[in-house]
Amino acid sequence: MAKNNIKLEAKNLNAYYGDFKALKDITISMEEKAVTAFIGPSGCGKSTFLRTLNRMNDYIDGFRTEGDILLDGKDIYDKNIRVDELRKEVGMVFQKPNPFPKTIFENVVYGLKIQGIKNKAHLEEAAEKSLRQTALWEEVKDKMHKSALALSGGQQQRLCIARALAISPSVILMDEPTSALDPISTAKIEELIYELKNDYTIVIVTHNMQQAGRVSDNTAFFYMGELIEFGKTKTIFTSPSNDRTQNYITGRFG
Amino acid sequence: MKVSERIIEGLLWLSAVITILVTIGIIWVLLSQSIGFFQVVSLTEFLTEKEWTPLFADKKFGIMPLVAGTLLTTFIAIAVALPLGLTIAVYLNEYAPARMRQIVKPLLEILATIPTVVYGFFALTVVTPFLQQFIPGLAGFNALSAGMVMGIMIVPMISSLSEDAISAVPRSLREAAYGMGSTRLQTAFGVMVPAASSGIVVSVILAISRAVGETMIVAIAAGQQPRLTMNPLVPIETITTYIVQVSLGDVPHGSLEYKTIFAAGITLFVFTFALNNISFWIKKKYQEKYD
Ligand SMILES: Nc1ncnc2c1ncn2[C@@H]1O[C@H](COP(=O)(O)OP(=O)(O)OP(=O)(O)O)[C@@H](O)[C@H]1O
Ligand SMILES: [Mg+2]
Repeated sequence: MAKNNIKLEAKNLNAYYGDFKALKDITISMEEKAVTAFIGPSGCGKSTFLRTLNRMNDYIDGFRTEGDILLDGKDIYDKNIRVDELRKEVGMVFQKPNPFPKTIFENVVYGLKIQGIKNKAHLEEAAEKSLRQTALWEEVKDKMHKSALALSGGQQQRLCIARALAISPSVILMDEPTSALDPISTAKIEELIYELKNDYTIVIVTHNMQQAGRVSDNTAFFYMGELIEFGKTKTIFTSPSNDRTQNYITGRFG
Repeated sequence: MKVSERIIEGLLWLSAVITILVTIGIIWVLLSQSIGFFQVVSLTEFLTEKEWTPLFADKKFGIMPLVAGTLLTTFIAIAVALPLGLTIAVYLNEYAPARMRQIVKPLLEILATIPTVVYGFFALTVVTPFLQQFIPGLAGFNALSAGMVMGIMIVPMISSLSEDAISAVPRSLREAAYGMGSTRLQTAFGVMVPAASSGIVVSVILAISRAVGETMIVAIAAGQQPRLTMNPLVPIETITTYIVQVSLGDVPHGSLEYKTIFAAGITLFVFTFALNNISFWIKKKYQEKYD
């Protein structure tokens, strides 16, 4: 298999919450149209790293980074980058489903509306398209104008993915997207991730080793703010080169 | 159960009962006194007569001029306080750094602790003369400056209650908005404010209730001339001002003139009671929405 292009790249990245160094000298490249999984024990910095990739940590007082993060070769922490534009390119799905307290329709088209798109037919078409992509269309097409909060947790999470897809990002970041969901909803989302990687670059944080094994192409193992090992998922799971990785994936420490 | 706990429980019960009894007592006095008034003046006259001149020889008992004065000053106050208060709340929540918030919030609370009589004189001696430079027709006593200054006074009420409502919106919604590429402004007004709308509406209703009951500012700066008008440039009189005027005057106890203040009082009570109930109802109806 030919090596894919590099979509996202961190170079010697350090990140701090005040004096606390949460990420230490991370260098990693994420392939385009592939799924990269971040695994590691709680508090090792997976979310912190994921959230530097769309600058979601900008709002935390005292947070700062050193080093570079490159999206398509361009530094996203550059002064000339507009964060709102960046996030249209790098979408995010959170641990807990977080639909807006609006209708299903308003949720899906939110991103388009804030870009100034008003044409109703266009919005409806876009909504249907993203809802079909997330296999939610059949379930919600008759209640598009009902509150999104009335959906089940799994449906809400797929709605949040549809909402992210509607603005056609090229990268989707997912922070433990199934940890709050039941096994059936989880399976649906995993299937969806598998579909989505045809068109999107996906980075997913997960505590579920089987999930990382099932959905990802590459896996990065973090420990105490350091990137310990990174490579093909198959390699990491079958013959990790580092003892800590080995111990973690076999469940000897958590 | 320990004796001390019993005593504390008893005291708590007692204070609850006392509060209720006092409220009932106030309503009782209002009702019994105004019954005497309504035996002489019909409710229809009270509500439809266009003049209020109980202290003149030619007595007319139409409450509407006082209601109009009250609504006019209240409307002006809210028109000033809502945009200011909401902007401050949004600014503190979405823009201000933590340290700024720690400084501004207590400063705003100070606005609420200034005695209203000071606000009244400020309206009369500073705001009115200032406005007269731009609005030649502005009378010395007028609803405009009284209402505006009253608006300033209730800014902290709206800003702090709205701020609480906005900061009670789950952080996950803010992140969802930012994650979709919203700017701060879009996040604030497109997501946070709507999600906090029930709390904001409650803050406005409580502010209206406060404005309707405000006395000193309007008594000093708005004049004491009952007038059925929505013109903010001329002297008017509010319900509260009328009550003060008669209470401080020399009308004999028990006379019809004296009883007018209870009729005015009960009108005021109906307004604030309704407003408080509406806000309570809104709070109850919407509070479970985002938990
Ligand atoms: N807002 C914050 N302020 C200060 N320290 C923080 C903040 N958020 C995270 N940290 C610290 O940074 C480190 C990494 O946290 P992070 O949330 O990235 O871990 P994680 O790998 O995602 O953990 P989990 O698997 O539990 O989600 C932890 O030690 C955490 O305490
Ligand atoms: Mg995390």
